[in-house]
Amino acid sequence: MKLFLHELKAQQRLFWRNREAAFFSFLFPVLLLVLLGSVYGDEPIEGVTAATYLLVGLLGYGVAATAFASLAITLVVRREAGLLKRVRGTPLSPATYLGAVIASTVIVIALQVMAQLLLGRYLLDADWPSAPGSFAVALLFGAAAFAALGIAVTVFVRSAEGSSAVVNAIYLPMAFISGAFFSTREMPAFLEAISEVLPLTYLLRMIRATFIEGEGLSGSGSTLVVALWGLAGLAIAIRRFRWAPREGMGRA
Amino acid sequence: MTAIHVSGLRKSYGPREVLHGISFAVETGEVFALLGPNGAGKTTTVEILEGYRERDGGDVRVLGEDPERAGSSFRARIGIVLQSSAVYHLLTVREILELFAGYYPSPRQPDEVIELVGLRGSRDEHVRTLSGGQLRRLDLALALVGDPELIFLDEPTTGFDPAARRQAWDTIRGLRALGKSILLTTHYMEEAHRLADRLAILREGAIVATGSPHDLLADHVGVEIRFRRNGREVVIDTNEPTRVLHELTAEALAAGSELEGLEVHRRSLEDVYLELTREDEA
Repeated sequence: MKLFLHELKAQQRLFWRNREAAFFSFLFPVLLLVLLGSVYGDEPIEGVTAATYLLVGLLGYGVAATAFASLAITLVVRREAGLLKRVRGTPLSPATYLGAVIASTVIVIALQVMAQLLLGRYLLDADWPSAPGSFAVALLFGAAAFAALGIAVTVFVRSAEGSSAVVNAIYLPMAFISGAFFSTREMPAFLEAISEVLPLTYLLRMIRATFIEGEGLSGSGSTLVVALWGLAGLAIAIRRFRWAPREGMGRA
Repeated sequence: MTAIHVSGLRKSYGPREVLHGISFAVETGEVFALLGPNGAGKTTTVEILEGYRERDGGDVRVLGEDPERAGSSFRARIGIVLQSSAVYHLLTVREILELFAGYYPSPRQPDEVIELVGLRGSRDEHVRTLSGGQLRRLDLALALVGDPELIFLDEPTTGFDPAARRQAWDTIRGLRALGKSILLTTHYMEEAHRLADRLAILREGAIVATGSPHDLLADHVGVEIRFRRNGREVVIDTNEPTRVLHELTAEALAAGSELEGLEVHRRSLEDVYLELTREDEA
């Protein structure tokens, strides 16, 4: 436990010192809220104010951006630089290391969510979550599932240079199709069919249910789908995660 | 006590076998050099001993354990300098050493290790501002901070300028004086000669010679005699330089001529190494 906190502290320090990464994964979802919020106007969307609708979507987007995209890119870059290999050569256990990296991501998400809630409330006049406890659980659950998927996707990314391209090509379209930025009601049927499979669609439903409807999560089908995605990610991560960089040239 | 015992070690990448059953042992407290050209299998061997790679055959014991199955208590007893691997470049030298010190049950003081590798002046600088040579010293510091019994150094001085190389050699000698066992890979003959108690020369996945630098020279002793006769270069390789020289000079005196451009040259370990690792002969 002491070792976990030791590593967590280092991971937090590393995250906030890396200004570009901190900007894109922490500040970007917050900025999007402010920018889009000033564009969306007052027309209600799917029965709630535009501001609330937008806030809920961007909360989900923020979880995916930080837990999935930022985590995956960070791990690929560290792997290809040989940093993970170096860590693997110390007595620090892989579980402690990855656990601390994920916990560090969760801290970032928590701060991001708080910033979004406060800005949404006081700048855009959005609502507070109507079931705060279930809402927090939904986000934590989503963060865990997307972190597992983020670790899994590193298996399919071969180079540090390609990591942001591959990861962005996955999660940005996902955010659009899942309805993080606008309502999916007007979407063509084939996109809607795709959105019915994506994990973010279901995380957004979980967030809406707890934030807007004030429902709990027990017996929710959306929770089940997110859990299945998370477990699939975990299975791939456990079986295929690599610590060493891809074999370079000239290494004997 | 044997720090490392390797016997009949085999390893293939796909259909290509890169280690053809090599055997050697490193005694506790000894500096052992694995010497060979690029592609000979040095890094593969070392990475198997460190537990990074799985072998395809043979027996390997490192500090009494099988590195393939050994856990974190094994890794607490070894220190690794990889050939190339990054560190968190946004931490300072001191921060990263404190971070890594935390991974080990009984680490050395970070400041002491920083001093030891000669990075005191850069203690509070971010890793990204360090020069290549300083980064290599940081690699060494990170391998030492856990106070390991056995240290693996994979080409520790590649890319160093001569002064930095000498400094690194002093550090490695210092570790030896502390009783650490060291396995070093290098393609610099001079480095192996200066540092190693014993060495093995690896060529295309097989050990072609092993012993102390002194033994290797003795086994491959030879003196090269060169001169020109009728404008043509003559080279004689011999184990009996005294007799050969005597005959040559007697002949020349009798004929009243001069052995033009006469040179007598004792073979260096470098010559032995080059001969043993030459690609074109089996």
